[in-house]
Amino acid sequence: MLGGRAVLVSSASTVLFFAVIAVVVALAPGSELVAERFFSPFHLWQSLVGTESEPGILKAFLLNVYMFAISEVLILILALIIAVVRQIPGPVFFPFRMVAVAYTDLFRGVPLILILYIIGFGVPGLGLTFFSYLSDITYGIIALVLVYSAYVAEVYRAGIESVHESQNAAARSLGLSRWQSLRFVILPQAVRRVIPPLLNDFIGLQKDTALVSVLGSIEAARAAQIYGASQFNYASYVVAAALFILITIPLARFTDRLIARDKRRREAGALA
Amino acid sequence: MNAGETPALVLEGVRISFGETEVLKGIDLTVAPHEVVCLIGASGSGKSTLLRCVNLIEPLNAGRVVVEGEEITARGVDENRIRRRIGIVYQAFNLFPHMTVLRNITLAPREVLGMDRAEAEEQALSLLERFGLSDRRDEYPDRLSGGQQQRVAIVRALAMRPHLLLLDEVTSALDPELVAEVLNVIRELADEGMTMLIATHEMGFARDIADRVCFLEDGRILEEGPPDRIFTSPENPRTRRFLSRIIAAGRL
Repeated sequence: MLGGRAVLVSSASTVLFFAVIAVVVALAPGSELVAERFFSPFHLWQSLVGTESEPGILKAFLLNVYMFAISEVLILILALIIAVVRQIPGPVFFPFRMVAVAYTDLFRGVPLILILYIIGFGVPGLGLTFFSYLSDITYGIIALVLVYSAYVAEVYRAGIESVHESQNAAARSLGLSRWQSLRFVILPQAVRRVIPPLLNDFIGLQKDTALVSVLGSIEAARAAQIYGASQFNYASYVVAAALFILITIPLARFTDRLIARDKRRREAGALA
Repeated sequence: MNAGETPALVLEGVRISFGETEVLKGIDLTVAPHEVVCLIGASGSGKSTLLRCVNLIEPLNAGRVVVEGEEITARGVDENRIRRRIGIVYQAFNLFPHMTVLRNITLAPREVLGMDRAEAEEQALSLLERFGLSDRRDEYPDRLSGGQQQRVAIVRALAMRPHLLLLDEVTSALDPELVAEVLNVIRELADEGMTMLIATHEMGFARDIADRVCFLEDGRILEEGPPDRIFTSPENPRTRRFLSRIIAAGRL
């Protein structure tokens, strides 16, 4: 707790800090221009809902949310499979472990935008019966899933390795198989521990859905660019940015709640 | 042991190494049904490793382990099936922290033995009741005292209806005032005829409960016999030295 004097000092410091920023911004040459080009209420609203010639950013943003929602589920599954395969012991599974390691190395190492080009333009170029005739959005989702699964698999792996070996020993000595021990004892503890870093990756994923625009999809960032280019006003970028922030904040709070609930549950019950 | 009775456990020439270090240097031990055998010896003498090799958590470098007439160290033996018959309780409890007490106990009976939920819970509750823990059924392990956690761990092992129970220093991680409640549970099990192999530092307890005491040093059983003889007139000078140090420390 802050003492009375400390409260006074921190309040004064806060007021002064923001006052200085406000003055600097207001006195800066072109600050009026900034207000008009970036924060014009008219353009903020118009870019959000769209015009006859320009797509509305709000509607375009639904595409980001859609891509995010689909790829998140697929990533959670694919990454878990990779992480689990990577830690199966025994010589028989060596090639499987090798594939899992190679996968992570490959897709963590290559920039997402290159994977997007390779999948989005390369696969259609192959002329395969099914895989070459999917929508841009589908190719975008595939690229996002491939890349982010590599990151998330590493997060899972860290979680799995953080569960002490004695937990596995206890499970195995009760007669549980290796798979049952993983499923009932190791993974539930591992996943709980990695929820915060997982969220971190998902915020990154949410933002990276904007990169799918390189394949031609008109999602929020692309819609903002179209608006800005035709209206010579960049309020559209501010709108798109605000939308991305708006969706990541609830995601962060939701995770905080999950963590708090788990903590509460373990500490709940008759307090001795 | 009566002639012709199959021993609960036979160890023959068991050797285990960790890297360059040989921890068990040829252990021979036979445990009869309903017998309680205590392993005593300094830390690092190989007591825990010995217990862990009996339920195949620790792989052997040489030797055989035979449980109820079946060689479990043979090639192709299903280790999961063997472990169902052998319960083990660890020094650090090793309860599953993300599960309630009840779920800790019912997990293996349901998933391994295929008991249905009602049956598994009924069995768990009657065991909890017996050891004075029924009001703790919905708690998570973090909320229990060490003594309670260790009793839950014993109940969890008993829920698999083991033929043989291995106890690895089960009171070593407990505050002194909590030791008695756990030892009482073990005593009760011994009275019921549970076959037990117990590694312990509690010499008074070993003397009280054991049918036979084995003194381990440096990966070998140096001396074994009934507790009265081992504790009052040990033959091996090293057993004598170990016990005199224990007595000097006021632990016997």
